[in-house]
Amino acid sequence: MEPIITAKNLSKSYKIIHEKGSYVTLRDVITESIKHPFKFLKNKAKQATGREIKETFWALKNVNFEIKKGETLGIIGANGSGKSTLLKILSQITPPTEGEVTVRGKMTSLLEVGTGFHPELTGRENIFLNGAILGMSRKEIAKKFDEIVTFAGVEQFLDTPVKYYSSGMYVRLAFAVAAHMEPDILVIDEVLAVGDVEFQKKCFGKIEQVTKEAGRTVLFVSHNMGAIQTLCKKCILLKKGQIEMFGETEEVVNKYLDSNKNLESITTYLVKENLDAQIMKVSILNQNKIPQPQIPLNEKFFIEMDYVVRKPIENALTTIEFLDNSDSLLLFSTEMDKKPSLQNYKVGSYTTTIEIPAYLFNFGQYSCRLNIEHPFIARVDSVKGINFEVSDAEQSRARILFRGKSIGKITTILNYNTKRN
Amino acid sequence: MEKTLDHTSITIIRPKKVFSFRDITELWKYKELLYFFVWRDLKVRYKQTAIGVAWAIIQPFISMVIFSVFFGKLLNVPSEGIPYPIFVYTGLLFWQFFSGSLGETSNSLLSNRSIITKVYFPRLILPIASIAVQFVDFFVASVVLVGLMFYYGFVPHILGILLIPFLLFIAFLAAMGGGMILASINVKYRDVRYVLPYFIQILLFLTPVIYPPSIAGKYSWILAINPLTAVIKGARGALLGTEPVNWLLLSISLTAVTVMFVVGLYLFKKTERYFADVV
Repeated sequence: MEPIITAKNLSKSYKIIHEKGSYVTLRDVITESIKHPFKFLKNKAKQATGREIKETFWALKNVNFEIKKGETLGIIGANGSGKSTLLKILSQITPPTEGEVTVRGKMTSLLEVGTGFHPELTGRENIFLNGAILGMSRKEIAKKFDEIVTFAGVEQFLDTPVKYYSSGMYVRLAFAVAAHMEPDILVIDEVLAVGDVEFQKKCFGKIEQVTKEAGRTVLFVSHNMGAIQTLCKKCILLKKGQIEMFGETEEVVNKYLDSNKNLESITTYLVKENLDAQIMKVSILNQNKIPQPQIPLNEKFFIEMDYVVRKPIENALTTIEFLDNSDSLLLFSTEMDKKPSLQNYKVGSYTTTIEIPAYLFNFGQYSCRLNIEHPFIARVDSVKGINFEVSDAEQSRARILFRGKSIGKITTILNYNTKRN
Repeated sequence: MEKTLDHTSITIIRPKKVFSFRDITELWKYKELLYFFVWRDLKVRYKQTAIGVAWAIIQPFISMVIFSVFFGKLLNVPSEGIPYPIFVYTGLLFWQFFSGSLGETSNSLLSNRSIITKVYFPRLILPIASIAVQFVDFFVASVVLVGLMFYYGFVPHILGILLIPFLLFIAFLAAMGGGMILASINVKYRDVRYVLPYFIQILLFLTPVIYPPSIAGKYSWILAINPLTAVIKGARGALLGTEPVNWLLLSISLTAVTVMFVVGLYLFKKTERYFADVV
């Protein structure tokens, strides 16, 4: 049997322009062209001849896969591995840069529930509007209408504008419309992680039912390994825009979880007697001081270092450096930052706990280096390669406002004070 | 519930060309969605306002009254022998259709960006839907013109009524063409939408809506560069009998707006490829 979806050499690149010539508003373009006409022309010429300094970022590179009719395929991977890009290409929201996908049958994608819902319109009106946006015909919607309403349980509020709905009702209605579509292929992006647990179960049930009964093909992207394991037989693991593994869900999920295990919450070191002071153990602790290498973006955490001092040390202190995954230094912090004096250590064992506030680092992997040092003179001991991951908490700021776009390494919440003058 | 695979519906997703024949057949396939967008816009607009559908009448009606008082009565702007309110309202009808369409189409992509980034459909549906809404307004607002004609006992020419669809078509091409150009720029440079209302306001005075083109004397040809001049002149000539219909001017304008439409379509289709990445 012919595969229902065939992806061949699928790639998508984005251009990051490193040139002062990228303007945001037309006003800037016009003023710039008047103020510096020659520079402006030079930039334009560079752009036209393609000699501008551009960095190409491959969000997806040479992805190949086939899906047979009736299969449910899970797509997993860390943040930024290309999952959403793949989904957007399959949904035809953005075209690929290279390669092609052949889809045999009607495909509907659900990147969000309630796309196009209008707050002013009633539940009844929104069912029709949303259905049409998702690709259902008016007849189909009319036929399914009663079923949708019953599934969502909003009978009494059908003629109330949805702006007066509770968020639970809103989500139920939105999902109900989506669940009653009858495409050959359904592409779903974590939308199941909405509503209360009871309703989520109902949705899973509905999806399982349609895949089994109607032989529907489902592509499912999720961070929820449990959901992936219940729903999908096969899985794709994406890493840095490429397929790392494609196979039975069990194995792929294990591989994914294993790759995350490189993160150790506690690292211990062998005794080196020749050192005057030595770091013996470093722990990454969550906000409740429980060892955990993955920290949600919105929670503070601790890095704790246990060290022994074998000979008295004068004028020393502890410091920490944070590096990103390409080893650039992000932050250097010392114990002296708050209290401007060096320490004199007597023989004994010590524990220093460093508190890292929530929202300091954006989601991603980081590593740190811990030191005991005489500033500018020498390091007594230094350990590196302490890795931790800041994970994208479900209801985080960045996720809500910027829909998961990665925006820099640091996410500290700043104070904005706007006055009208 | 077993469904057989429909092998006619094979979709191939690949790097996009600017134009392909599929675009046209696809628009037809999505006609129901177009209907729903128009329906949504009309519903929402008339729900949000207290007076509902009357809004489409009141807006041009009030403009007509103000223009009649200031330009017709106080400034004695000539109206080619026609009662000034009828004269100005004929112009206003087409002007409102054009300016409304231009404004709405150029914002159509940005105002629907939450849908654009989540669901696929031919993006051209959005500007078309915005203009369809303006068509409805045009017909609702025409009622006032009929009322004015009754009030002043003015009998319109039959030719004029027959010519209206053609004139609307020119105005449609102009608004759609200009709208698509602006919509494409708007996606990249967000300040377009702040400049546009100002630009439209100025354009009102450069279009013979509140005055006859003859007022400009020997410079009236400058006004003719504006394709709307031909539309409004044509409407007045045909409907009110102020002058014989200038077919030459109309065909020149038709050619100009067709070119504008094609340019707009090209730009729109070109930007369409990266809309979802930038909005």
